[in-house]
Amino acid sequence: MKKVLLVLAVLLLALVVVACGGNKAASDTTSSGTEASEPLTIGFIYIGTTTDGGYTQAQHEGTVALQEHFGDKVNCIWKEEVDDTNKQATTDAALEMIDQGAKVIIGTSYGFMDALDELANNPDYAEVDFLHFSGNKMNDTNFGNYFGAMEEPRYLSGIVAGSMTKSNKLGYVAAFPYTEVQIGINAFTLGAQSVNPDVEVKVVYINSWYDPANEKAAAESLLDAGCDIITQHADTTGPQLAAAAAGKYCIGYNLDNSAVEGLDKAFLTAPVWHHEVFLIPTVQAILDGTWKPESYYGTMKDGYIGLAPLTANVPDEVKAKVEEVQQKIEAGEFPIFVGPIKDNTGAEKVPEGTTLDRAGIWSIDYLVQGASE
Amino acid sequence: MIAFFAAAVIAATPLLFATLGELLTEKSGSLNLGVEGMMLIGAVIGFVTGYSTGSAVLALIGAFVAGAAGGLIFAVVTVTLRANQVVTGLTLTIFGGGVARFLGDDLIGLSVPLSVQAVFKPVAIPLLSAIPALGPIFFKQDIFVYLGYLCVVLVAIYLYRTRTGLNMRAVGENTAAADAAGIPVTLHKYVHICLGGGLCGLGGAYLALVTVPMWQADVVNGRGWIAVALVIFASWNPIKAFLGSYLFGGLSILGLRLQSAGIHISQYLVDLFPYLACIVIVVISTHKNRKEDLPPANLSVPYFREER
Repeated sequence: MKKVLLVLAVLLLALVVVACGGNKAASDTTSSGTEASEPLTIGFIYIGTTTDGGYTQAQHEGTVALQEHFGDKVNCIWKEEVDDTNKQATTDAALEMIDQGAKVIIGTSYGFMDALDELANNPDYAEVDFLHFSGNKMNDTNFGNYFGAMEEPRYLSGIVAGSMTKSNKLGYVAAFPYTEVQIGINAFTLGAQSVNPDVEVKVVYINSWYDPANEKAAAESLLDAGCDIITQHADTTGPQLAAAAAGKYCIGYNLDNSAVEGLDKAFLTAPVWHHEVFLIPTVQAILDGTWKPESYYGTMKDGYIGLAPLTANVPDEVKAKVEEVQQKIEAGEFPIFVGPIKDNTGAEKVPEGTTLDRAGIWSIDYLVQGASE
Repeated sequence: MIAFFAAAVIAATPLLFATLGELLTEKSGSLNLGVEGMMLIGAVIGFVTGYSTGSAVLALIGAFVAGAAGGLIFAVVTVTLRANQVVTGLTLTIFGGGVARFLGDDLIGLSVPLSVQAVFKPVAIPLLSAIPALGPIFFKQDIFVYLGYLCVVLVAIYLYRTRTGLNMRAVGENTAAADAAGIPVTLHKYVHICLGGGLCGLGGAYLALVTVPMWQADVVNGRGWIAVALVIFASWNPIKAFLGSYLFGGLSILGLRLQSAGIHISQYLVDLFPYLACIVIVVISTHKNRKEDLPPANLSVPYFREER
């Protein structure tokens, strides 16, 4: 019995370790660029690896583009797999890069916010500029944040799905039920409903950002429930592979996966990020000494976010429809969240004649009618 | 419903291999908590082999050998060098994670070659697949799943119907007595720890080659620990391990399925049922005190002949 108790105790301990996301491999730092007239060193803090096939890879593509654009004027360094639930780890990563000469620190996950906020407001690091992706904290001197209106490409991908579904059921593999994810689900649903009022969006939360096998299992459960197009707000290709294996269509996220082996017949498009569109002008301003902290919210018009090119699997008339709406969005004539909007219990959330602004969008805590958890 | 049970079989298969592997290891008296690590090593080597050779058979062999190599490390450290088994097992878990990350770093996002995927396409077994309900659930799967069934049968026969199996159980129950009876204790421990590691490696390979036929970091994601719990749940019996794997596999996707059916039960809540069940079973089997439900008497006890 003692032994069994011991085993159970160890198991419990192990579970705690696993649950706390203890997989922190040695973070490595790579530097590129040449030593010309004192390049500006920029340090990126990543939550994942630069080849994760999703979130961090998309961030890193922006970094690479930034480096290419400025050549030997900047020197990008980065730390991978920094635990964003661990403030000390974030602080350590930032300080290490500051020691290596970084004058700009960029944190690319929400959880890095508090550590960056503390450093930015510490007089010792007043000479360092801090940028934070997806956060809401900033100051007047050296701390800004940036994010994108992902609802715009999500809405367009909803049009694609709503036009192409035969079962009128769309599957959405989502990470966690919180605002950023709910905005995406709502925008996707509204887009689909704009071309197909009967369409229904089924959402499954996997309660994780990264779990290849479970993401695939979630997509399979949606496919079995009759969904014929799968989209996702989670980080791996699992849901897309599930759709492809079932002979159905998929809409990805973060990266254009149209060239991935096995997805060629399934992949339609994906809402994607172009981080360099924010990074290049911002770094230019920092180099020029003209940068002022801001809370940037990139749009499709800016090119900061977009829809990956529609593949050959999308019929021409759907492409035309998407293009039409995309032009309106880019012209600033097409807000996504316009009243009346009801939530999925039937309660009116946005009255007729009201359009949600950025603050209104970011206080969404419900799913719209037609989307069900 | 049938779709759910068929999906449960897929979710269960990695657990089944790992559970059988750990069961063999524990039956011979060693508690190897490095299942997660050996699964990861098996997954990455299986993937690398499959990716570079395009051969499913070589991928399976690679995964088995890699898992067994993980087991061999454990055997050398705990049997020959007599280190603490719990600590060594935990270290092996971390080590395996590191190996998988190191070797898999450049592979993330790459797909399993189509020639390998084709081998692991579901195949219906004639006659058996025509059985109502059970047929489509158990007999319209891929050959890797069938290999799992085969392993259950082989392990059960081996444990209860062969002399070597009896000797091996004797080593786990009472190492000193087995030694006195002339059974080569060290050899038995080495062989079964390695065999067990190999099976764990196959479990990891299932995740990397079939479940998600693409390399993704940390594809095992804690399933190794579920397997360790499952061995207790199954009371060290391969047939019960088979049933337990399907139960746990089913539970692991139940929350997702319920959500898509519009029923709301937190996956967190569902996830804790298997462990609750484990505790209940341990308590019950301890109180009933049926010998066959108890852990091997010398489990995790290091054996030094000179100290008797």
